Amino acid sequence: MSHTSSETTWMPTGTTGLIFNEPLLWEQGAEGRCGMSVPESDVLMSPLDSELVGDGPDWPNLSELDVVRHFTRLSQWNFGVDSNMYPLGSCTMKYNPKINERQAALPGFAGSHPLLPESLSQGALKLLYDLERYLAEVTGLPAISLQPAAGSHGELTGMLIFAAYHKAQGKPRHKVLIPDTAHGTNPASAALCGFKSIPLASGEDGILTPEMVDELMDEDTAGIMITNPNTLGLFENNIKEVAEVIHAKGGLIYGDGANMNAVMGIVNMADVGVDVLHLNLHKTFSTPHGGGGPGAGPVCVTEALRPFLPVPRVVKEGDTYRWDEDYPQSVGKVHAFYGNFGVLVRAYSYVLSMGPFLKKASQLAVLNANYIKESLKEVFHLPFDRVCMHECVFTDKYQEQHKVATLDMAKRLMDYGFHPPTVYFPLVVHGAIMIEPTESENKETLDRFIAAMRAIAEEAREHPDLLHQAPRNPKLGRLDETLAARKPCLCG
Amino acid sequence: MKEINELNLPEDVKYTDDHEWAKLDGDVATIGISDYAQDQLGDIVFVELPETGSTFDKGEEFGSVESVKAVSELYMPLGGEIVEINAELEDAPEQVNSAPYGGGWMVKIKIADMAEFEALMDKSAYLASLEG
Repeated sequence: MSHTSSETTWMPTGTTGLIFNEPLLWEQGAEGRCGMSVPESDVLMSPLDSELVGDGPDWPNLSELDVVRHFTRLSQWNFGVDSNMYPLGSCTMKYNPKINERQAALPGFAGSHPLLPESLSQGALKLLYDLERYLAEVTGLPAISLQPAAGSHGELTGMLIFAAYHKAQGKPRHKVLIPDTAHGTNPASAALCGFKSIPLASGEDGILTPEMVDELMDEDTAGIMITNPNTLGLFENNIKEVAEVIHAKGGLIYGDGANMNAVMGIVNMADVGVDVLHLNLHKTFSTPHGGGGPGAGPVCVTEALRPFLPVPRVVKEGDTYRWDEDYPQSVGKVHAFYGNFGVLVRAYSYVLSMGPFLKKASQLAVLNANYIKESLKEVFHLPFDRVCMHECVFTDKYQEQHKVATLDMAKRLMDYGFHPPTVYFPLVVHGAIMIEPTESENKETLDRFIAAMRAIAEEAREHPDLLHQAPRNPKLGRLDETLAARKPCLCG
Repeated sequence: MKEINELNLPEDVKYTDDHEWAKLDGDVATIGISDYAQDQLGDIVFVELPETGSTFDKGEEFGSVESVKAVSELYMPLGGEIVEINAELEDAPEQVNSAPYGGGWMVKIKIADMAEFEALMDKSAYLASLEG
């Protein structure tokens, strides 16, 4: 096979095709049609209290084929990482290997019930225990709870631990420092625990300096919440010095691990001074992500903070595993049972199938982002021109003169068959376009994406109206987002 | 997005670095956000305002505006007590876009310290800061 350059072989991936219109389930079917049969009752008939009797649920009347076509058609309207590159910055939309699904579907896992006695749940308990050990190995933080069900839930648990720790020192504190390059949910998590969030502007290079932190840190400040790499995709080079400043005044460091995909097996979080860190298993550890599905945001802490972790905890005695609730300083339960077990099985499968290559995944994620950054910085303004981590942030500054904004370019990218990147975030960058390719994409796909972005930059100069009217290829064109937000229609 | 020379910046209001404006009538000031602010935010879909009777210091956060792009905080240009809020914005937040100095006003406050009003930017100073 001859090697041709990507320029000559490049074709837009997005094209139009036959897409079916599909009404709601309740708008189709016919009285009496049914796609299932209910087994004969094997219990004695017994009259119901009339107060408990009412109209049955309003089920649609559909055959099996009606239902199969309905959901197949809806799935054809959809876009996922299984269709094409999904460079949504800060979300780590990496491919979710199918082996994870296979393990989670094993009857012993899929059918296990959280109320089964410990003696019948040894396999599930061992999986939880081992996953904690693996995540401890990846982060460098020894004590872990798998309970939190999302990244923000992990943050909340982390802030509860901050509060419990300071209370145990006999001096509750009331403020938390939050840099403007931190994740947007951080201030909300702090506020829910009664902390006042103190915003902290990042320095000229887009990262924190110990001097700036020192200026705001005081004896009433519980600590700082740092997203590292931060939301500009930059590594906080001064993290150790910042941690020293915070620790010297009795504060703690919270690490928002949402961007952990850049540094797995590379940065030991304990060594750089992080006391509490959450992981997003649905980002970094390839469990399904988005669409409102269940997530997992385990919290990892130092040995000193272990007493404050949620209960119950999985403990190992000899060769058996059991639950333990006897931790008087614990922040308590933060989720029913022990988190979203099915998600944890998938993460466990990912860690075991990757093994030492987890580090390689991070290295490739960083390489891919830098490849995109270098390939596009000529045509898109790059506010911080330095080596980035797993994501890079451009702006629409060069396109503004043609009255083309970030939103128009994001919409146009859909016509080329790619999911748009994150736009207008981080807030510190005006007109931000935040691209995170992840390690999943090969060079051919990256080149197609780069070619599409370059074509869009050219269109912004030559045919700006193409962008204002985008997208044209998807089933629906430009949606009225304002009307949708002002007058949402919640039916179905 | 408007060019700076396309912005509507009335002479009879004063401005802040955070792009709020304040207009004086006796000891009551009407407060909103500037044409520049609404233009940068894009279509506004929700305005969160404080309750009448609450008091704020100059620079304190008194509410937020949500556009299709982001949520932004609102900061008090002046200290004082809220005497009236623009309840119409609850159902018609688009007035902040269409008439930022008219129907898009947000709160009226009884000013605590008149010197704070004098210290705000006039049109030319605000324009200079935007051109900055």
